[in-house]
Amino acid sequence: MLHTATIARSDLDRPRQTFDLAAQGLRALNEMLHQLRGQTNETAWEIVNTKGSHAIAVGVDAPIDIIVRGTTGYYCAGMNKQATIRVDGSAGPGVAENMMSGTVIVEGDASQYAGATGRGGLLVIKGNASSRCGISMKGIDIVVHGNIGHMSAFMAQSGNLVVLGDAGEALGDSLYEARLFVRGQVKSLGADCIEKEMRPEHYEVLETLLQRGEADATADPSQFRRYGSARKLYNFNIDNASSY
Amino acid sequence: MCGIVGLFLKDPTLEPQLGAMLAEMLATMTDRGPDSAGIAIYRRARDGRAKLTVQSPDPASDFDGLQADLEQAVGAPVQVAVKDTHAVIDVPDDRLNSTRAAVRALRPAVRIMSAGEGIEIYKEVGLPKDVAARFEIASMAGTHGIGHTRMATESAVTTAGAHPFSTGPDQCLVHNGSLSNHNAVRRSLKRDGMAFETENDTEVAAAFLSHKIRNGSGLGEAMEATLTDLDGFFTFVVGTRNGFGVVRDPIACKPAVMAETDQYVAFGSEYRAMVSLPGIEAARVWEPEPATVYFWER
Repeated sequence: MLHTATIARSDLDRPRQTFDLAAQGLRALNEMLHQLRGQTNETAWEIVNTKGSHAIAVGVDAPIDIIVRGTTGYYCAGMNKQATIRVDGSAGPGVAENMMSGTVIVEGDASQYAGATGRGGLLVIKGNASSRCGISMKGIDIVVHGNIGHMSAFMAQSGNLVVLGDAGEALGDSLYEARLFVRGQVKSLGADCIEKEMRPEHYEVLETLLQRGEADATADPSQFRRYGSARKLYNFNIDNASSY
Repeated sequence: MCGIVGLFLKDPTLEPQLGAMLAEMLATMTDRGPDSAGIAIYRRARDGRAKLTVQSPDPASDFDGLQADLEQAVGAPVQVAVKDTHAVIDVPDDRLNSTRAAVRALRPAVRIMSAGEGIEIYKEVGLPKDVAARFEIASMAGTHGIGHTRMATESAVTTAGAHPFSTGPDQCLVHNGSLSNHNAVRRSLKRDGMAFETENDTEVAAAFLSHKIRNGSGLGEAMEATLTDLDGFFTFVVGTRNGFGVVRDPIACKPAVMAETDQYVAFGSEYRAMVSLPGIEAARVWEPEPATVYFWER
């Protein structure tokens, strides 16, 4: 398996250009970030004075490295492509929503629907994620160091969700082919979500994701259970009418 | 949408700034709902005194001579402090009910916003910063308070449809969400003697809690009952004379963030609402769990 380090931790100390969100404004920030395409030399940024603002660093499409200092509001790092975005605080609803590629790391907690509909890349949440984490995920990998809330991975189609803590009610309801790995307790499984056997390829995926998700020091693949789709709801069946 | 803020002070030295802090928190939430805004503020109660907050669509004529008319009606000294469209009527606590009846009889167009020992409610159509300025909220001291900015869904944009709703002594409730069984619950509460001023769903939630409390429930117990008896989406923030509570429905799609330090407990629909509070950087910040009651009492 291809093994890429998501972010060199030494990169955190490199010199950075600073953007003061309170002074310069959100639209100026995102326009500036959108202009960084291809082989830009302005590859390291720090955004300060975030104060819970919405839509910080949304739609970035360049291999740049951004640190967001402080807590963010809705949709931080949404639709991210290529960039590595680290939130040095907690993230509001919809962090990394519909991410395409790259890496988003939240040092604190994440609010509801973190990583929703994500198509690729890696989302790491060092704290807890609340409800609907990874809802309708389509290829993204999500690693949560803490717990996740109810209805997580609802209708999740592909990608991997790794949870070091516990999962809330109705995990993986109406799941397609996403793989869910949970180390702690699962309060309840949603319709058509079942526990499945851990095979060698799953240990391998998990090992890589724990490493890339900066969780390998605290978790071991052998501690996880795998959950996936029973594939009973794929096509309409009158016997399942109450589960649709 | 709708935006909610709340602040319950533990440190009395912050009390002179309660109004200013709440007004700033609420202004930050303006873009969650521009239709109307309101604040319930709990002042320190004075021994033997109680008060009504009233509102009039025609304050110039309704509040003219009101003090003298009420003193005559209830046979006791009364103070009427007019604030824009509202007035706070300060009375001996044993005259609160007779004053309320006298207001209704003497000034039928006047609406009673709240009644109790500490609570005052100010609410109007308009943006939070304008509403707060009209009533000089920033200059008010108090022990705890709740604010709301509304994006109307279930009833008209009117002063009466603005939050907070108060349906019992020193009680109030604000709501982000919408209830689907409010008509049925209202009918049942009416049969039990609760009175309603509007067709609003949130007023039903407020009255539901007041009814429980009237029948002996504590704040926590009353809030717990909302989870079984009220159907719909809700994040409620509730105030009582000495308490402050938060509960979210089991789906919990209406946002909520809380922060606690040694000085206060704060609530915001978003973290943004709390960024100017003292010591917020070091506060314990969390999202209230679904279907879980949180409350603090002093």
